[in-house]
Amino acid sequence: MQNILSVQSLTKKFDDLTAVDGISFDVEAGSIFAFLGPNGAGKSTTIKMLTTVLKPTSGEIRINGFNVLKEQDKARSSFGIVFQDYSLDSELTAYENMVYHSVVYKVPKAERDERIKNALQIVGLWDRRDDFVKKYSGGMKRRLEIARALVHYPKVLFLDEPTVGLDPQTRKSIWNHIMTLNEERGMTIFLTTHYMDEAEAMADKIAIIDHGKIIESGTLEEIMERTETESLEESFLKLTGRDIRDENGNGGSKMRFMKSMGRRHGH
Amino acid sequence: MIEVIYILWLRQLKHYWRSKARLIGSLGQPLLFMVAFGFGFGPMYTRASGGANYMDYLAPGIVSMSILFTAVFSGLEVIWDRQFGFLKETFVAPISRTEIMIGKTLGGATIAMIQGLIVLSLTYVLGFRVPGLGSLALGLVFMFLIALFFTGLGLTIASKMDDMHGFQLIMNFLIMPIFFLSGALFPLENLPPAIYFISRIDPLTYGVDGLRGVLTGMNMFGIYNDLAVIVVLSALICTIGTLLFSKIEA
Repeated sequence: MQNILSVQSLTKKFDDLTAVDGISFDVEAGSIFAFLGPNGAGKSTTIKMLTTVLKPTSGEIRINGFNVLKEQDKARSSFGIVFQDYSLDSELTAYENMVYHSVVYKVPKAERDERIKNALQIVGLWDRRDDFVKKYSGGMKRRLEIARALVHYPKVLFLDEPTVGLDPQTRKSIWNHIMTLNEERGMTIFLTTHYMDEAEAMADKIAIIDHGKIIESGTLEEIMERTETESLEESFLKLTGRDIRDENGNGGSKMRFMKSMGRRHGH
Repeated sequence: MIEVIYILWLRQLKHYWRSKARLIGSLGQPLLFMVAFGFGFGPMYTRASGGANYMDYLAPGIVSMSILFTAVFSGLEVIWDRQFGFLKETFVAPISRTEIMIGKTLGGATIAMIQGLIVLSLTYVLGFRVPGLGSLALGLVFMFLIALFFTGLGLTIASKMDDMHGFQLIMNFLIMPIFFLSGALFPLENLPPAIYFISRIDPLTYGVDGLRGVLTGMNMFGIYNDLAVIVVLSALICTIGTLLFSKIEA
């Protein structure tokens, strides 16, 4: 099968830290690819580079055949992304957010209304289209972001921990939407998650990254066989160890800070 | 290209229009300055200048002030966009940073212009009269240029700031001095050398002088000189802003 996403020796160095260290992998068109790793392993940095938010130190990325660095806008038109943190304008209505996206992604004017309607219907938000986003719950915002990412008909959909902080019902419904998109439209899905059961249930291929390097990749069965474990969670823990990670190089102090904050705010 | 710029512009106007508290709140300061300074220093000014009306001198200054503050704020709004994540949505879209910069600059400048026009109409209530439509048209040109320059400045600063922590610093050490030493409140004559120098490198000085020139006939540097300075500065700051903007990573 054809590779829709292809990464060659991708590296990102920050001042004294190599966040991503020469990783290479391919994602087949129409597949669901799960990109897993502990906090601070290099997942988010990788996703940021794949989606043109960060410039790599070295290496090559091709999306839909386009070089992400040299044919940036064509590559950008080929993917949709749901970021880890919300990225909606809460002072606009859901529909206005969709229109904004359609315009900046240059969706032909004649098709705009129809495509927006379709996307909002898929995630069940058509009836709430005129509400301000600030009135939306976390799950609704996530669904809206997924709908928004669909409007320009991307070939690849990046989902960076899309279900974090959502209740089980919402998580389930979001994954159902994503599965449907994958099956009915043949859309390639690239996702990161900390919920191993989600990755297990969804992914055709899995890659596990730690300390900036891909330490294991393949189908679920292959990974379980090689690590001699019974589930993805066990494989994951066996491969990456049981130590708790800090988010990044200076994360230690941040973690302590968060803990002391947590007590005060009752997290 | 045009449609992308339009949607960025429209978004800012919607924000402005929907935030009535901000719209009305930001009229409070210019109104207070007009009343407090206008009636407080008015008699002194009249005596010192040999009969001139201070309100005529002050009104263009206060209009410029309201444009200055609104424009810088609009530029700095990008920092909120970044903190709330919306900047990322715009940055991964297949559009150029130049388009984003143009859209945001025009959006901010339009809002600042509207604010300036509201203040200008308020000065009517306090007795200020624009001599004619011709002066008003020229006044609008100056108001737009002041708005353009300071929105560009706000965006340029915002592209170097990660959060709003530096906001007080910018306000008290840059924007307030720009306002107070621009000749908006008092004539820039017989000043100590240091203050004189600062007032001459203050971009708003030329904006205020030009606006006052076309609205009241009182002018120091010549209207065309004012126009040339502010046009060049606006072009410069927008270029710098676009360059810095193209480097930031969401």
